Amino acid sequence: MFAFIIRRFLFAIPIALAVAAVCFSLVHLAPGDPLTAVIPADAPAEVVIAIKEAYGMDRPLIVQFGSWIQRAVQGDLGVSVATGRPVMGDIGLALSNTLTLAFASAFIGFSGGILLGALAAFYNGTWVDKVATAVAITGVSIPHYWLGLLLVIIFSVQLDWLPSMGAGPGGSSNWRWDWAHLQHLVLPAVTMCFIPMGIVTRTVRATVSEILNSEFVVALQARGLRASRITLHVAKNAAPTVLSVMGLQFGYLLGGSILVETVFSWPGTGYLLNTAIFQRDIPLLQGIILVLAMFFVALNLLVDVLQTLMDPRIKRG
Amino acid sequence: MKSVPSVAKTCLRFPLKALTVASLVALLPLTAQAQGVVRIGMTASDIPLTSGAPNSGFEGVRFTGMTLYDALVSWDLSVEDKVAPLVPQLATQWSVDESDPRKWTFTLRQGVKFHDGSEFNADAVLFNFDKIFNDKSPQYDAQQAAQVVARLPAFESIQKIDEYTVEITTKTPNAMFINQLPFMFMSSPAHWEALGGDWKAFEQNPSGTGPFKLDRLVPRERAELIPNHDYWNEARKAQAERIVLIPIPEANTRANALLSRQVDWIENPPADTLPMLQSRGYQITSNGYPHIWPWQFSFLDGSPWLDKRVRQAANLAVDRESIQQLLGGYMVPAQGLLLPDDPAFGDPDFKISYDPEAAKALLAEAGYGASNPVQAKVLISASGSGQMQPLQMNELIQQQLKEVGIEISFEVLVWETLFNNWRQGAADPASMGAHATNITFATHDPFAALIRFMDSKNVAPVSLNWGHYKNVEVDGLIADLQTAFDPAENLRVYTQLHETIVEDSPYLFVAHDTGPRAMSEKVTGFVQAKSWFQDLTPVHMKD
Repeated sequence: MFAFIIRRFLFAIPIALAVAAVCFSLVHLAPGDPLTAVIPADAPAEVVIAIKEAYGMDRPLIVQFGSWIQRAVQGDLGVSVATGRPVMGDIGLALSNTLTLAFASAFIGFSGGILLGALAAFYNGTWVDKVATAVAITGVSIPHYWLGLLLVIIFSVQLDWLPSMGAGPGGSSNWRWDWAHLQHLVLPAVTMCFIPMGIVTRTVRATVSEILNSEFVVALQARGLRASRITLHVAKNAAPTVLSVMGLQFGYLLGGSILVETVFSWPGTGYLLNTAIFQRDIPLLQGIILVLAMFFVALNLLVDVLQTLMDPRIKRG
Repeated sequence: MKSVPSVAKTCLRFPLKALTVASLVALLPLTAQAQGVVRIGMTASDIPLTSGAPNSGFEGVRFTGMTLYDALVSWDLSVEDKVAPLVPQLATQWSVDESDPRKWTFTLRQGVKFHDGSEFNADAVLFNFDKIFNDKSPQYDAQQAAQVVARLPAFESIQKIDEYTVEITTKTPNAMFINQLPFMFMSSPAHWEALGGDWKAFEQNPSGTGPFKLDRLVPRERAELIPNHDYWNEARKAQAERIVLIPIPEANTRANALLSRQVDWIENPPADTLPMLQSRGYQITSNGYPHIWPWQFSFLDGSPWLDKRVRQAANLAVDRESIQQLLGGYMVPAQGLLLPDDPAFGDPDFKISYDPEAAKALLAEAGYGASNPVQAKVLISASGSGQMQPLQMNELIQQQLKEVGIEISFEVLVWETLFNNWRQGAADPASMGAHATNITFATHDPFAALIRFMDSKNVAPVSLNWGHYKNVEVDGLIADLQTAFDPAENLRVYTQLHETIVEDSPYLFVAHDTGPRAMSEKVTGFVQAKSWFQDLTPVHMKD
């Protein structure tokens, strides 16, 4: 197992390099000048040259990429072109906000998905199944930015129950787990939970139905095992599949949704990515994409390890 | 299998309860906000820099420049019925040396203190010019320099004459230098030193001489300004208890934030929400300001706009009132480059109006007709800062021009690409042979309005003369303007220059934006000046 974890960590290095290279090339291929955000359109030529020099953007691309990688390895992702702040600090703050939102969405989405999926499987073919399936299909089909706007119109604008934007009455920097702050979390978390809820519902329904029809469940019943014990066996058998789906979904949630975070002005990684794209803030853009990609890699590893621990039939390493 | 669901029901009871409680809690109403706090939703995606040279364009200057800082001169933003004029601020008076008109002497205001209590004087002015222009000085800040250098292109050097007098030398005699100074804000040298000479620390804890102090800054989320009770100008003492600036770049989110009472004021509400906001009792303020929405014509070989009659015909073929209707009334029909009530508008011989018959006659005279229409390609964007509603407006203009015999095709570019192309010019391959470009701009002074686009020395890529426009008369007037130091003479030359430009029509003059803002009925005291900049000091909440 230990060797497996080490090997997976080593695999992450080429992935990180490839992500960094692709991202670096893409932002340089995109139209526009990387310093549009900083230099006024009619700046004299000598000012443009001086500023390019100050930001190190007068050097060949390969040299810029090399020096960026060199610093990134040491944990320094450079300084934002637009704000002059260290990229790492900005990403750290945004990531903590996205984590809060991702955990809240995952909690609602996964518990709702498991509940609906299990109900659908246990009551296979009945109206309960049909309702759960309908909810799942609706969940994965509705564009979440549209749902977000709709929820804002209903719950913020019309009913005036919940705030429509932001991460707390005084911003996210002094986040507390009280109602004044949590109410800001409700609408974005509910908006973002629908897709994972739909996908988890479908997975749980399919997996649990299959297990309920397997011979060992009949055998357990024939031996007179209590229902709760049987449910435990079913859950244990369904867990690895559901867990891997939940891991992937949690990865998407962690990436933060550009659209949802922008609709709710939630200061997470999606919102930061949106800002970086529109300001063509290359150091910030590269930094966020790299950190998010690494999160995905780490999360996949974590899911693999958990699966192995839960199901000894899965052998890794 | 019957027993399994019953177990599942027991297991599921807790999450169901939790969800019920959570949804009930969600129904609790929001707590009310304190009076006297004005929360403003900006269009910027981050808090503009607070160290004395804001980024985020003019919105930055408006919110973290003119609030926290003062400049030697600024605009009088207290009036709404005329284009905001320049007035003394930290300089009480100035004069130009008659023997060497490159030298400007400024007398500084005495008794002004920075927020940290240190004194504003000639040394402070020198410190600030060095932070922008002298990269050898310890206080040089590349980030602030990037924002300011291009806005003060005439500056060469500065020296102290005495404690309250400084002398600035420009590169060449330039009467318009005074127009460039409002962008040069004064940060406190003593405070910068006390913070260990660290501009990043200064950003969190800035010190200017402005009517507001920064109380709290959360990057990307909010800046909170409180009144500077010791402000030197009694007429501009801040009335609100606190101004909270919140970046909300998404237009619908801004409107929803206003409707759900999370902010009291939003910049640039989405056009389609204005009637609804108004019907719900929100105040909508607007006023024409020095902004123009034009097509800038190309004068390269093969361009149909080389013929003045075609340029004038296009200007006569556009029904600006229908465009005004399209925009819900929020625009001023353009009759030239400047607002019709600008002191320098003048009385051009060529009157811009909607007269399709006259347009057809001009085209016929130029050799065009139904069988031989004018054909031109225009670069446009689907969105962009200050571009208003570019697609709808351009399509309407396209229809109107077609009716007189001008056939337009569009090349729709990403806003950033179009903006970068401005500096590349019409001859660059990136312009794809287009005959005009549609980029809006500020016209608050002669340099911004005219010189960078119309002077033949500024042909792209030197500056923004995108279409390679060359007119000897215009060049001559620009040279005269630069040496017209007497204000009355300066206005006379500028007026003549504007009249010449309207007559020659190197643009399709279409619209001036009116900068709509939406605010709660409780916001009071705001006067929307005819300017890109606005004064927040009289703004407060009704009891």
